[in-house]
Amino acid sequence: MVLSAADKTNTKSVFAKIGPHAEEYGAETLERLFTTYPQTKTYFPHFDLHHGSAQVKAHGKKVAAALVEAANHIDDISTALSKLSDLHAQKLRVDPVNFKLLGQCFLVVVAIHHPSLLTPEVHASLDKFLCAVANVLTAKYR
Amino acid sequence: MTLTQAEKAAVVTIWAKVAPQADAIGAESLERLFSSYPQTKTYFPHFDLSQGSAQLRGHGSKVLNAIGEAVKNIDDIRGALAKLSELHAYILRVDPVNFKLLSHCILCSVAARYPSEFTPEVHAAWDKFLSSVSSVLTEKYR
Repeated sequence: MVLSAADKTNTKSVFAKIGPHAEEYGAETLERLFTTYPQTKTYFPHFDLHHGSAQVKAHGKKVAAALVEAANHIDDISTALSKLSDLHAQKLRVDPVNFKLLGQCFLVVVAIHHPSLLTPEVHASLDKFLCAVANVLTAKYR
Repeated sequence: MTLTQAEKAAVVTIWAKVAPQADAIGAESLERLFSSYPQTKTYFPHFDLSQGSAQLRGHGSKVLNAIGEAVKNIDDIRGALAKLSELHAYILRVDPVNFKLLSHCILCSVAARYPSEFTPEVHAAWDKFLSSVSSVLTEKYR
């Protein structure tokens, strides 16, 4: 799918507003993911998944950083996330359906913390962006 | 996702066998779709969906012809199916999940007719190819 100019602008402005909170939103996104979709815990047998866990916080930071990276290189997400794409294809092998779930949770977190930011148009752009990221991360699976 | 040279070759080879029976395979695929996934009938309130119906055969033909076009232009499926992509985006608006279902039914029909050729590698190549076609047809939805 192709992100329009408006999509890119909207996405960048969301990340500009989120800015310093990105890491904590990453952690909150994961917490919601594990609570709402418990099957996703299957990928983290080695983690302490309790509320406030340091591992979830650290991992949330990583996830958020990747999204920020993608937003900063929104014209070429596949190059920006190329290594992550390899990692998911060759090692992690997270079932593609879970990217949608993670994206959903991220949208919910943004909506909660910045209700006026997520107009229908911005919501759609951000959702498209998250789909584009998911596509890149699953592109090398086969 | 990109198709490797080997995958493109596999698609083209099988298509050469399928092409003469394209109409029958198209009708059969739709029949399978409507039987296994009755909710898909929602897009055809104006059709006679009984087995052997002329409308089913006509539509099956159209579907397989489009796939044939994609095979012929396998290096630029997006260009080849641009009009169909717009049709699906602006008029038909078939929910994207249904493309997976139809692709699955097409695979079943092809596998049933060419059991020995439908090796795991060929199966994977065809599945990737049909996924690409589906992506192109849903690309302009938003």
